[in-house]
Amino acid sequence: MTDLSRLSSSVLSGDVNTVRQLTSQALSDGIAASDVLALGLIAAMDVLGRRFGDGEVFLPDMLVAARAMHAGLDMLKPILAGAGVAPVGRVVLGTVRGDVHDLGKNLVGMMLEGAGFAVRDLGVDVSPQAFVEHVRQDGAEIVAMSALLTTTMPEMKTVIDALCEGGVRETVKVLVGGSPVTETFARDIGADGFAPDAYGAVAVARLFVAAT
Amino acid sequence: MTGPGMFRHLAFESADDLVFGRCPRPLRCGFGVELGNGSVAPEVNFTLPAMTLCEATWSQAVDHYRVMATEIVGRALFLKAPALVLEFEHLPPMTERAEWGAEITALLLEILRDAQERHGLASALRVTVVDTRLRQRPPRVRSDDVWLPLEASLRACAGAGAHILSIESEGGKEVCDAALTHGDVDGVLLALGVLAPADMDWLWTRIVGICRDSGAATMAGGDAACAFANTAMQLANQRMLPETFAAVVRAIGAVRGLAAYERGAVGPWKDCGYEGIILKAITGSPISMEGKSASCAHQSPVGNIAAAACDLWSNESVQHVRLLSGGAPAAFAETLLYDCRLMNAALSTGNERVLRDLLVESDVCLSPQAAILSPQAAFAIAGAIVAERTPYARAVAAGSKAVELLRNARDAGRLVLSAAELAWLQRIDAALCAAPSDVQELLARTQSRYGHLYDAASYGLQ
Ligand code: B12
Repeated sequence: MTDLSRLSSSVLSGDVNTVRQLTSQALSDGIAASDVLALGLIAAMDVLGRRFGDGEVFLPDMLVAARAMHAGLDMLKPILAGAGVAPVGRVVLGTVRGDVHDLGKNLVGMMLEGAGFAVRDLGVDVSPQAFVEHVRQDGAEIVAMSALLTTTMPEMKTVIDALCEGGVRETVKVLVGGSPVTETFARDIGADGFAPDAYGAVAVARLFVAAT
Repeated sequence: MTGPGMFRHLAFESADDLVFGRCPRPLRCGFGVELGNGSVAPEVNFTLPAMTLCEATWSQAVDHYRVMATEIVGRALFLKAPALVLEFEHLPPMTERAEWGAEITALLLEILRDAQERHGLASALRVTVVDTRLRQRPPRVRSDDVWLPLEASLRACAGAGAHILSIESEGGKEVCDAALTHGDVDGVLLALGVLAPADMDWLWTRIVGICRDSGAATMAGGDAACAFANTAMQLANQRMLPETFAAVVRAIGAVRGLAAYERGAVGPWKDCGYEGIILKAITGSPISMEGKSASCAHQSPVGNIAAAACDLWSNESVQHVRLLSGGAPAAFAETLLYDCRLMNAALSTGNERVLRDLLVESDVCLSPQAAILSPQAAFAIAGAIVAERTPYARAVAAGSKAVELLRNARDAGRLVLSAAELAWLQRIDAALCAAPSDVQELLARTQSRYGHLYDAASYGLQ
């Protein structure tokens, strides 16, 4: 039987080749793809997340591991899709119109992907229409918006209004963040959640999908 | 004489001469402000609260600026400030609509002029436009469609009478962002040793020309490596990047700044990248720095040490919200004013080195980012930069010197580094030692990683 903890450590060390090899070995051993995902790949990202929290590793190390994880994930995807195992959730992410700050948004995207969400990153300076269109197109459960300027924060409300007008507000949870954004502001504009950092973003997103 | 490679020596005899409020090349500007001539002045920056900026709200925005500036001036007068500098940092629509930026510029000048005429307050206005050229990917930073609107805004603000013109330009950021997230030294060298200096050279030639056209009423104030060094610091603040990496990026960031001076920028350098002290060591021109009193804008591990050689002392930015003592901009103006009072008392009693050394001592052992900002460290990095001729060679030299300083500080027990930080310092060192010997080799080596992110012709590389 393939040792899934070995798969995890290959993810941790960013060893793409070994990850591919162990993933295919695990599948041919008859281990369920969902177990390979949860116990091999995502488990590794959880460990890394803890090390990261303790200041032992940094973002560049995370990216190397994430690449290895995706190498494995790409092999599992066709099987998972066939078996009807969907990603944890689908997220449409972007920095709102008029704002080009994207580091925070990118981190949120990476963490969400690391946690198994399928993330559609629309980039920066994203119009309300683009958010609405992609929610429709992807059947996303979550819209995540970032704003770093005090003068672009209100744009988040405009997006929420556009989601209402587009008739998709009821189908999505809206998550907002960025350094000037607060819990109170989020509530005032009618968002469903706020998080101060990328970890928080994952926690809230998990709550969203658990509730649906 | 200006031109690439003009700086071959440092402007100071020794690191010990690098102190706040004193420069070999002081400046006079605006309504009678002296910079670097034996005193430090506050530079107060302020911005709008959460609100939409559009045609319908524009008059409200103007009112905010009027109230903020009036309150700041009031606080300065109450505290008998000898001098005050305001920074009007545009929000994107104010650059996109040149007349908006010009309108606020004129309004702020009117308030400052009135304070001078009625109360004798010496003052100056810095106007910082937004670099709007990088919206497309890959950006074509020299193309008319992005440059002409930016130029129009620069001209409009100079035309409205801005005393000091600045920008936090971003050429090279499209590569630097990716290099930072991957902790990749080659990418940082490409961004900060090749692309950014080439863009600074191009851009500042034009900004200096605009200032010249203004009949020298407007000074070509300078830039800041905000998009590079400050971004790295923010990532380190969130423990996304090691602090050692952020420190080395800051040292390398000084190289791009030099390109602006080589094209005729005169200072005062802007605050947001914290690389100013290295540039002051080389150019002898006044600099603005920010530290503890910019905690309204973001956290930093260099709150005291950043003041060691400042000539303007800034709060970076604060939004117009009410605090118990009044508007937040006025409150932060008061903080800056008291910081300056203390530095000026030190200068007038011959104690400036004592105060400077305390500012340094209180931060220097606690963070790698602080460790490279002491006068001694900045002087050493500046020396390594001027010993080389090309921006790329200077970038490698600045980075290598920063690594050496950090390693020495750690070995001497003056800087504590975690195991993870130390491992990164070794990684950075190895990467710098293995850096390509010239730009062509660097371009070839980084092509597959970054080639798709930037347009070589826009940096004069084809
Ligand atoms: C780096 C930076 C830049 C870089 C951005 C580089 C990039 N690729 O993003 C550059 C130089 C390009 C830049 C440009 C400008 N900037 Co700027 N910038 C900053 C700075 C210093 C740090 C931002 C950052 O990257 N932080 C690091 C990241 C990792 O943190 P973060 O963004 O906060 O994200 C975390 C959380 O907020 C959260 N989060 C973020 N998004 C989301 C989304 C969701 C859904 C969730 C749940 C959580 C979440 O999780 C993230 C990770 O933990 C801030 C200071 C500050 N206080 O934020 C100013 C700041 C935001 N900028 C400011 C300004 C004024 C500007 C400019 C207008 C400057 C100018 N005149 O040119 C332009 C605007 C351009 C534009 N159209 O948007 C002001 C804003 C003032 C205001 N009125 O609001 C600030 C506050 C600085 C200041 N002057 O005081 N900037």
